Order: sequence, then C-alpha cells, then structure tokens
Amino acid sequence: MSFFMTIDGKRVKAEDGEMVLDTTRREGIEIPTLCVHPAVEAFGACRLCVVEVTKESWGGWKGLMTACLYPAAPDLIIETQSERVMEVRRTVLDLLLARCPESDVIQNMAAEHDVRQTSFTPREDPDKCILCGLCVRICAKAATSAISTVNRGHERCVGTPWGGPPPDCIGCLACAHICPTGHIEYTDAGLSRSIWGREFTLKRCGDCGAPLPVTEELAAFLVKDRELDEKYLARCEPCQRKEMAGAFGRMARWEKLGLNQEEEVSK
Amino acid sequence: MESILYKDARAFRDHVAQLEASGLADKRRVLVCLGTGCVASGATAVAEKMDEALAALPEEERVELNLVVKRTGCHGFCEKGPLVVLMPEETFYVGVKPKHVADIVERSVKGGEVIEELLYQDASDQAVAKYGEIDFYKTQTRVAMRNIGLIDPADIDDYLLRGGYGALLKALTEMQPADVMKAVADAKLRGRGGGGFDAGRKWSHARHAAEALPEHELYVLCNGDEGDPGAFMDRSIMEGDPHGVIEGMIIGAYALGGTRGYIYVRQEYPLAVENLSKAIEDARSRGLLGEDILGSGFSFDIEISRGGGAFVCGESSALMRSVEGQVGEPRAKYIHATDRGLWDKPTVLNNVETWVNVPRIVEKGAEWFTSLGTERSAGTKAFSLVGKVRNTGLVEVEMGVTLRDIIFGPGGGMLDGGEKGKFKAVQTGGPSGGCLPEDKLDLQVDFDSLTKAGSMMGSGGMIVMDHSTCMVDVARYFTSFLVDESCGKCVPCREGLYQMYRLLSRICEGEGKPEDLDVIESLSRTILVGSLCGLGKSGPNPVLSTLQQFRAEYEAHINDKRCPAGVCKALITYSIDNEACDGCGACLPACAANAIIGTPKKGDTFQIEELKCDRCGACAAVCKRGAVAVA
Repeated sequence: MSFFMTIDGKRVKAEDGEMVLDTTRREGIEIPTLCVHPAVEAFGACRLCVVEVTKESWGGWKGLMTACLYPAAPDLIIETQSERVMEVRRTVLDLLLARCPESDVIQNMAAEHDVRQTSFTPREDPDKCILCGLCVRICAKAATSAISTVNRGHERCVGTPWGGPPPDCIGCLACAHICPTGHIEYTDAGLSRSIWGREFTLKRCGDCGAPLPVTEELAAFLVKDRELDEKYLARCEPCQRKEMAGAFGRMARWEKLGLNQEEEVSK
Repeated sequence: MESILYKDARAFRDHVAQLEASGLADKRRVLVCLGTGCVASGATAVAEKMDEALAALPEEERVELNLVVKRTGCHGFCEKGPLVVLMPEETFYVGVKPKHVADIVERSVKGGEVIEELLYQDASDQAVAKYGEIDFYKTQTRVAMRNIGLIDPADIDDYLLRGGYGALLKALTEMQPADVMKAVADAKLRGRGGGGFDAGRKWSHARHAAEALPEHELYVLCNGDEGDPGAFMDRSIMEGDPHGVIEGMIIGAYALGGTRGYIYVRQEYPLAVENLSKAIEDARSRGLLGEDILGSGFSFDIEISRGGGAFVCGESSALMRSVEGQVGEPRAKYIHATDRGLWDKPTVLNNVETWVNVPRIVEKGAEWFTSLGTERSAGTKAFSLVGKVRNTGLVEVEMGVTLRDIIFGPGGGMLDGGEKGKFKAVQTGGPSGGCLPEDKLDLQVDFDSLTKAGSMMGSGGMIVMDHSTCMVDVARYFTSFLVDESCGKCVPCREGLYQMYRLLSRICEGEGKPEDLDVIESLSRTILVGSLCGLGKSGPNPVLSTLQQFRAEYEAHINDKRCPAGVCKALITYSIDNEACDGCGACLPACAANAIIGTPKKGDTFQIEELKCDRCGACAAVCKRGAVAVA
C-alpha cells in the first residue's frame, strides 16, 4: 500500500514497510550515511541520517529520528536539513574527525558540512575505523561471523577471537569491500591472500592454472553452505568466456547444418 | 518436609488456614539480617552463633520460649549492620558481633531486658530501643519493601503467613484478566525503573498487540539489572522478598495472557539469584507457578536470565537482546517492545519494584494505592540514600514528600556538623540524573517534579553531597562511568561522552578554557538528541545539571584556576598553619611523598614542599588540630 508524506515541503509517495531513508533515496533527496548498505539491515550507529520528524497531530512536537530505521508512515512531515539536524550531523562528523583524522572519506564528508578541523582532542594512534559495523554485519550475513565488535564504549573495536587470526574466516574479502573508509586491509599476491592475520591459498583455474579470486575455504563454504554448483568455481573468467564462446560456436555450426542439440545428441 | 501441591484454590486456602492455626505466626522471632550488606560485615557468623546458643538451651526452656530464628533479607539499614531484631517486642540491635550473641540470648531473649549498648543512637546520642521509633524508619511508608527483613526469603510459608499469594488467589478466583488490567491502570502505577512510564498503558498496548497475533504470545520480563552506582533497592527486594516479585509477575501474566517470564538479574547479585531460584522452585512445586496454576487452567512459568553486569543491559532493548543470548546492545525503539520485544513478540518489561507493587494493588485495590503519593505519581518509591547523611540505607516514602523530608527525616540530617559539612547538593537518578542544589530542597519528590528540575527519579539512587564535594569532579565521575558503560554502538554516545570526559578532565586539571563551556553545551545537545538509546540520551544530564546549578564553580576552575571544594588536585595546595600546629609530627609518617619538613617537637614549625606533595590529603586526615589547610 502506498501513501503520502511531506519531505522538505514536498509531497512524496511512500510505500508501506519501507524506511524514511528508502523514500528519500528513491526521491533523490540526499541524506548522508556511513553505516547503511543495501546488503545488510539498518543499524543506526553513525547517526548522520537523523531527520526531524513531526505530524500535524503531534501538537508541534518534533523528534530527531534516524531515517534508516524510522518506518515511513502516512502524513509524516520530515525535514532533512533543519538547523537541529545539521547541528547533529556537524557534531557527529566533528567527533569522527577526532577519531579518524587521517580518513579522507571522513575529511571530505566533514568538509561538505563545513567542518574542516575537529574541535575535540584527536585520538592518539588513530586508524580509519569509524565502527560503523558494516564489516561485522556483512560477515554475519554473507559469510561466517568470523569477526565481531569487542569491548564496550570507547574501547570498542572490531576484532577477531582472542585477537588472533580468525579461525572461521574464509578470506572472502566482503568486510574489506564493504568498509566505507578503507580501514580493513588485505593483500593478494600470486596464489596467496592475507587478511586479518590469516594466510589463504587461492584456487587455480582448472584450465589455465591462473589464480582464481576465490580461496579454497570460500569455495568450500559456497559449495557446502550455499549449495553452489562446483563448476562455477572451476575456471577463471577468461577460460569461462573461452568455453562459452566455444559453445556458441558449436551452436552456430549446428544451426547452419539445420540441426539442434538434441538431434546431435540422439545420433 | 513433605511436598505440598495446591491442586486448586481450596487446597491453597486450607493450607494457609492450617499454617495460621499452627502457631507458627505466634512464635517469638529472632531476626538475623543476612542481606548482602550485613553478610559483608559478618552476619553469617552471628546467625551461626545464634543457632548454637539457642540449641544449647535445655529442651523445656526452648519450648517455653517458643522461639524461632529467621535469616531474613535486608532491613535497609546496612550501614549499622549486622542487625538482629527481636519480635514481637521490636528490639532493634545494631552492629552485632558473634561475641554479643550469648548476651542477647541470656539478657534479652530469656530475661526480656534491652541491652543498651547494642541500640541505635540517634543524632542527640539517645539510645532508641524499638524498630518503629528509630528516626530512619519512623517516617517511612513501606509498600514495596513491606516484607523485607521480616521474613525468611527462603521459606515460602513465611511469605504465605504475611498474606503472600493471596493477591494471586484473588486475581484467579474473583477477577477476570481485564479486571486486573483495570486495577493496575486505575492505580496509576508508573514504572519504578527510571522512565516512570504508565504501566497500565504499557500493559494494555502489549495485550492488544498480542491479541492481534495468530497465536496469543507475550513475554513478561522483570528488570533486575540495577546498575546505578550506589543503588541497591532492587537487589534488596529480590533478596529479601523474592516471592513478592514472582507473585507480581504471575498476576501480570494472568492479566496480559503472558506465556513465559524472565527475571533478568545481573551477575553481581549472587544472593538475589540464589533466593529467586529457590523461590521459583518452591512456587512451582506448590503449583503456584507452571502448568494450570491453582487449578485455574492458567499456565505461566518463569526463568532467571543472568546478565554479565553491563550497565547498558538495563536498557530495555539491550536487555532483551541479552536474554536472547545476543550481545547486549540497544536497538532503535521506533517499534515498541510492547509490539515486538523479546524474540520479536509483544513483551512487557517492568522493573523489580514495579512488579512487587502489583500484588499490593490487587490485594488492597487501586483506590488505596492512589491514596498514597500524589495525583500523578501514586504510591511510594524506594530510594537508596547514601552520601554525607547520618543514616544511609534504603528508604521508602510516599511520593510527594520533599527532598528535605527524606534527607533530614530518615536520613537524619547531614553527617558533618562543620562549615564544610553543610548541604550542597543531592544527586538523584543515577548517572542519567542530575544534581539539585539547596534551593531545590523543598522540591516534591515525584516523577515529574524531578524531571522538571533537571534531574530525574531514575531507579531511586540519592546521593547527598556537602561542601567538600566538587561539582565538576562529580560531573567528571558520572561521565567517566558512562564512558565505560556505553556500549559504543553509536557515535554521539561513544565519541561524544568520551570527548566530554576529556573536556571535564582538562577543567579539573586546571587547563580549562572559557570556551570549553560552550563546547560542552553544544556537544551535550547532540548527545541528548542524537544518541540511539536512553543511556546516551540522558548521558549529559550530570554535566548539564551541575553546569546549570553550579556554573560559578566551573568558572572558578577555568578562570581562577581554583577548586572551591578543595578536591581537584591540580588546583589545590596544602600548607601547615603553624599557629595551630603543635609539632606532634603525626603528619610525617602519614605523608607517602615525604613532602613534609620538620622535626616532631613542641614549637617546631612544619612545612609542606609543594613540588613533592601529591595532594593525597593524608596529613590533613591525621592532624588532630586541624592545622593542615587546603586552598
């Protein structure tokens, strides 16, 4: 079922079951986020997507809500750029800049909000992790929950069991690819891959022997847990293409001869 | 003991009547407090000694004395423990050591005499003999804590003799679930855990949500994760009256159509877990819990879920994740727990003190309950009164009394009679609350007045401070508590409170700048509105309330580099007033930094080397002549 809301003075159609952020994204209304990704459920950690929400019937009361988690509802009146909203966004970016002064993603986003220098004490020994939790969430959803956030409060960080190489990691790199600030590092060299202090061996192409972008552990996980046919993990992309081209070639020849595949086989 | 199972209401009534006729209730009682506080000061040995001393009496004398020793829960006056109370004469002995036991048995139990040296001394050093006459108890109204200290929490019959499970019987036999809902709504019972949310509204919302499901499913939860520094009301209730909590939950579940209940208790409360477990087991074996309760056809069971001691797990959504076995982190609550709480099913979560009020409301009626307290805050509230007052402990008063009534009533007034010992502020509501100054002493204590004044009721912590307390330091303490206890999920709370702590530390260390106060204020605004859960949304309160009420103290730290209370080490110096000093030299060995120069003889002058002095205050503490000055 669809209904209407008012966003920044504009009447906007929204769908039942979606969040305010889904509506604004569809409508092209820009709201900054750092912890949102379509592959995982909303989390509400970065607080950048706060918007001011009210309704005619609320008697003038306005609340700051995170757009990623606030369900769209009929007759909501939403402001995405009010002064209160912008103060929260600026302060959050200011705080993140103190946490990760070297992250270009944060620097740029802060600069877009007129925050060029943090007004707080920068972290000694900073890294680029903003604790958005995307890596942990994607690992839980798409892989094996090999990493997790550990500790509380300001000590919180993304970690592995007992700080060692994570035994459940399959080297899929989902965490590194989803990380918005490039904090999670990995290396691929020849047949070896390393991430989170673990070494992996990449599979080889069954035809040409070139390294595949898939570790042995990831291949085993996909086949066993996700029931993927092994044949999709047997060749590299060029060799798959070559095979495909071969198949198309054969089909073209058959067609010329007025045959189809079944007849060929039945012969 | 033979096992008793009440297969219906009649069996229950018969057994209670039997208990009442058995003479158990008429026995003289020796109550030995075995609450956590008294155990810490040695009550276990006292109880053992008491057993021994009474067992050693000749048989006929024991029969004649008609005596029973009860190991009870907390009386709330832990500071004076171990406590021994003789009933029915109400003789109240404080600070009892094993060596006093023989005397108590000989002179008091047998001789009927009152032993003066074991009595409580009031402010004018007068010994007070009776429980009810002690200033600490005189002005209390005990509803939630009515059984604590008077019954053995491990003995279900003790609870039955106090009318226990009578309210459950009444609910099951005389009331429909809707009647119970109405009684709670009419009583205007508000949540005692912090927010003061209307329990009736919460219940009816959850019931409607459960009714809309294809299969009626609803969880009933009890929040026993009390984590405010210095607060221990809920612990004492769970330890001292576990059946009260359980009965409240069963009645709630009957009203709500609840299928299953959980009591979430923090790991640091082992005695509460022990007593609750025993109580659940006993209630179950009697047929008061489990399948077909008292033959009514209604079934409900309770499990204990133990927390790991994270403060944030007292927040409802984090608590539910923790019960589910996940990491205790809050979720956004745009969808209420009454719709989708524990395992995404409608859930009612109330605090220990709220649940224990439910049987009283059912038993005595909503009208009785609303006759206590104020129009909008009905009933009583338990506080743990601590800090610089004469009597510290658990206090339960009608809502609507003033802060002054509490501090100078049960609290017995300020501890230290001197200039520095005068009242300065009272902190209510724990780390989410605020500090109220002297001009707020006549403020009514109820949910709305405290919130309006910039503090909050919270779960009922109350810390009284005198002029030896630095308010900037207090704000820094609470902020550092929250920095440690924030789960760290959202940016404003994790990073914001940490930066707030840095700013406050800087001010305490004498490096604050005038513009810091503006930064604190604007940062507070973002943390207040931008955080994910209640911990962050109330996190700046200790700072904001002290800044609002004691701004001059902040300014003295920043502008004059001075700590008026003499607490912040970087801003104070110790010196010796040689006029007052008599050269006794007691300060010399007390000083770990060897910063005092002088030889102990009459007339010699002493000096403190400022560079060496680490401002621990040990010299001032040992000086009998008050010759060590702090400035």
